[in-house]
Amino acid sequence: MLAEPSITFDPAAAWRVNTQVSLRDEAFGAMAYHHGTRRLVFLKSPELVELVRSLERYESAHQAIDAVVASSQHDRYKTALSSLATSEIICER
Amino acid sequence: MSANSSLRNRFERGLSAPICLTWELTYACNLACTHCLSSSGRRDPNELSTHEAKSLIDEIASMQIFYINVGGGEPMIRRDFFELIEHAVAQKVGVKFSTNGTRIDRAAARRLAGIDYLDVQISIDGADAATSDRLRGAGSYDAARRAMDHLKNANFGPFKISVVMTRESIEQLDDFEGLASMYGAQLRLTRLRPSGRAVEQWDKLHPTLRQNRDLYQWLLARPTVLTGDSFFHLSALGESLEGLNLCGAGRVVCLIDPVGDVYACPFVIHEEFRAGNVRVAGFSDVWTKSELFRSLRGPGNPGACGSCGSYDACRGGCMAAKFFTGLELTDPDPECVFGHGETALAAKRVVLRPTSSPDHSRRIPVSLSAR
Repeated sequence: MLAEPSITFDPAAAWRVNTQVSLRDEAFGAMAYHHGTRRLVFLKSPELVELVRSLERYESAHQAIDAVVASSQHDRYKTALSSLATSEIICER
Repeated sequence: MSANSSLRNRFERGLSAPICLTWELTYACNLACTHCLSSSGRRDPNELSTHEAKSLIDEIASMQIFYINVGGGEPMIRRDFFELIEHAVAQKVGVKFSTNGTRIDRAAARRLAGIDYLDVQISIDGADAATSDRLRGAGSYDAARRAMDHLKNANFGPFKISVVMTRESIEQLDDFEGLASMYGAQLRLTRLRPSGRAVEQWDKLHPTLRQNRDLYQWLLARPTVLTGDSFFHLSALGESLEGLNLCGAGRVVCLIDPVGDVYACPFVIHEEFRAGNVRVAGFSDVWTKSELFRSLRGPGNPGACGSCGSYDACRGGCMAAKFFTGLELTDPDPECVFGHGETALAAKRVVLRPTSSPDHSRRIPVSLSAR
């Protein structure tokens, strides 16, 4: 079995939702499905969904987090984005 | 795929659209497996037309359902099979289809290999012809293996080998793993349900308690083996297995049958679990408005399981397994790992087992070579 590709999340870089990914809004947040890896991922808060959708409007993930997320939550959402990068739901642009 | 418990509670109250939608394209089948959950064999004259099927796919796409599980019957028997799956993937609706493999020759394998967002599951019920053919009919195992060879030669990529766990096949887990690895395929194991023709086979075929315990340990050690979340009743043994670990019927799962009837899950093709028909006002209308689905999304009644410390792990098990073995939905699963299901069955003076209501079994058996 091949090792998982190691993707490091650089919050200073510009990110977007992977073109292979579909997002479907749900009451708890959203479901993201990666058509390539066939992986289903749950975005467990509406704020995270908003952040993910906003990524392509900002020059860096840092800027998106600053604009969308309350400052007390920055670390939590950075971790969430990092995990979405690992599962290839978001990618650098 | 994993979910914490608050998310699971959300799922139990239902979603805007299913995560896992199964669509049986036809009741026609060239095999006559003794445990067929949809009692397939003969085509139903009322099956959805190509036009209706395409409209349904359009609606599925607009509901943002990421993929559909296509089955039957044997879905490749439909003359518009490729037209329909190509219509789906063109709209980014992924297709995972189950087949007995008899229609996958070299040309079909090449065509399948050229389609994005497509997964193929070939069904066998034993790691050798003798074991598999006992349930699926003479020649069926070799036909499935030929299909696997064609897919491999066409560079399809990792297809799936799908096996229902019976008292016999469950003794061959390592052989299935070896077969999958030989083809570079993914192994998918699912639970036998007493649905369709398997009502008659259940007592003889369902795994013993000891076998289920062994299976649980085997699966825990192999999180990459796919299970369609079907063994959550075994999670009562300790650590949860991979998956959502809940009964998704009418909440995150449902079935559309070949005539457009919508059922709560693929294992309850019975009038008691029919939510509506897509021909009336579309699938979305059934999914959001059906009284049956609304009641399934309400607070569940744990019944006899409420006092068991493991209820949170197994959620009382599978609705279909209870219903078709003659248990109440508030009873424990017939394969409850603590034996509570067996006790509940033994305590009943009369056990009435419902039969699958639409039965499309062929009346005269036909040999594979004559099909």
